[in-house]
Amino acid sequence: MNGYLPILFIFLVATFIGAAIIVLSTLLSRKNWTPIKLMPYECGMDPIGSARRRFPVRFFVIGMLFIVFDIELIFLFPWATIYDKLMIFGFVEMLIFVLVLLVGLVYVWKKGALEWQ
Amino acid sequence: MIPIPEVDLGGILPALVLCVGGLIVMVAGSFIPKRAVAFSAIVSLVAVLVAFAVNSPLRMMNRQAFSGLISLDPYSWFCNVLLLIAAGITVLTSVRYLTDDGQELYEYFALLLFATAGMMFMVSANHILVIFIGLETLSISVYVLAGLMPTSPKSREAGLKYLILGGFSSAIFLYGAAFLYGVAGSLSLPAIAKVLQTGAGGKTALVGMGLLLVGFSFKVAAVPFHMWTPDVYEGAPTPLTGYMSVAVKAAAFAVFVRVFFAALGPLQVDWTQILWVLAVLTMVLGNVAALVQNNIKRMLAYSSIAHAGYLIVGMVAGKEAGTSAMLYYLLAYTFTNLGAFGVVALVGRKGEANVMLDDYRGLAASNPVLALAMSIFLFSLAGIPPTAGFMGKFTIFYAAVKAGYIWLVIIGVLTSAVSVFYYFRVVMKMYMEVPEKTPAALQFGPAMILALGIAAVGVMYIGIFPTTYLDLATESVKTLF
Repeated sequence: MNGYLPILFIFLVATFIGAAIIVLSTLLSRKNWTPIKLMPYECGMDPIGSARRRFPVRFFVIGMLFIVFDIELIFLFPWATIYDKLMIFGFVEMLIFVLVLLVGLVYVWKKGALEWQ
Repeated sequence: MIPIPEVDLGGILPALVLCVGGLIVMVAGSFIPKRAVAFSAIVSLVAVLVAFAVNSPLRMMNRQAFSGLISLDPYSWFCNVLLLIAAGITVLTSVRYLTDDGQELYEYFALLLFATAGMMFMVSANHILVIFIGLETLSISVYVLAGLMPTSPKSREAGLKYLILGGFSSAIFLYGAAFLYGVAGSLSLPAIAKVLQTGAGGKTALVGMGLLLVGFSFKVAAVPFHMWTPDVYEGAPTPLTGYMSVAVKAAAFAVFVRVFFAALGPLQVDWTQILWVLAVLTMVLGNVAALVQNNIKRMLAYSSIAHAGYLIVGMVAGKEAGTSAMLYYLLAYTFTNLGAFGVVALVGRKGEANVMLDDYRGLAASNPVLALAMSIFLFSLAGIPPTAGFMGKFTIFYAAVKAGYIWLVIIGVLTSAVSVFYYFRVVMKMYMEVPEKTPAALQFGPAMILALGIAAVGVMYIGIFPTTYLDLATESVKTLF
């Protein structure tokens, strides 16, 4: 049972921090409500109205680009920690990897995927 | 110091060349305002030829690279040659199709090269995860290619259908791989074989084998996992349909054979029984369903299902005779089917307006050479001597008889007799019937003429002089056993 004591502790601390943030921000913040601010949050869309409305899905292209570069980071971080041991081999390998990603970026850029009209 | 595994780029150089070619197409295509398709086609052809050249040393190798992940052997060499021939002919047949409606869809070639590179990784893989990566590289490229035509709703439907069913089959494949990992503690093909040889695994190994079998059956379009084939083949751009029915099938069969003989060899008694049933179902359903089709693309789709059935007969026959017959058959099928789909793309004209069987009426009168070429391809598909298709069927059925599967061969020959009807119906329409109104003249491009010429000469040549190619196939499968 002793082993669970730290977990209980974390639970308490987390509850305290969460409660403190909410209470403090209610007490200290300046209240300047506008109708838009009072709307329920729905990813930037109007929450009231027909659910079958058409909307542009441009965001998915940005989302895909984000994933691509996110995965690049997943590779880059472990690589960076052992870079001094991998030496020139690791450098060249990563260079090729980034170059391939760059080609993809150039392609979508040329195709106009980054322009948000 | 971290041990860096030995890097042996020489072995995977053919696939790398194709990847670089694809990257060049992607970048250069977006900077060239006009004639991007023509430029991309030339780059792709050069990449395929260079890959062909750097592939040849593989024939003499028999070793493993990348700590046993990739095996460089004559089997990989033969399959790579097959895939490169398919890619090269497809590039040639696609040029006209892609420029027809004024859109410069140069991405087609980049995706085609990436798909071929994925297949080449797949066929030379020695580890199930590498196979899976190759499979996904190939599949994702082909999903996009199938849905590429922006103005055709059918193409979009084909892309989506293929994506969903292909995703399912990949998941089933991975699930099977997970079971095998549970049994063997490794996904390397020789390691799995070693564990299975001791008789370990029992039911779990059988479940893993069954799931892998389902995954592969989806990819090669064997009944009852063929549902997607007619719709996807009909909707996809015609030259690509030829590529899918040849290269994707060849790569899937090549891996099927390697995994089932090199890793699951100890379970051969079990999977042979299942494949026996699959072969019969596939041959019967493919050929019978093709009888009632009016659309030539659907007809050829069912015919390609039937051909998967004949190829499975080769797997049932097993060992060197069966598998080498499969390789020869795949080579014959590559030339034949790409040629047939090339003609379908050509006769289909702009926007695939003429893809019904009736559109072939009177073709012999207006374009005698084209009708002759189509007849050669159809004869080869039906297995009439002296074409390559005849030798392919002969060697496969011969191997099966030798292995003692008399009934399987009897069913195979009977269904193949049925197939003669629907292939000859097209020939009859071309030579005996007259069209109601004269259709617009066909527009031949030099690339299409070259592609059809290569295909027709290939079909006749390896049909009349099969010995060299049969020996090559036999030599190639030796390292598998």
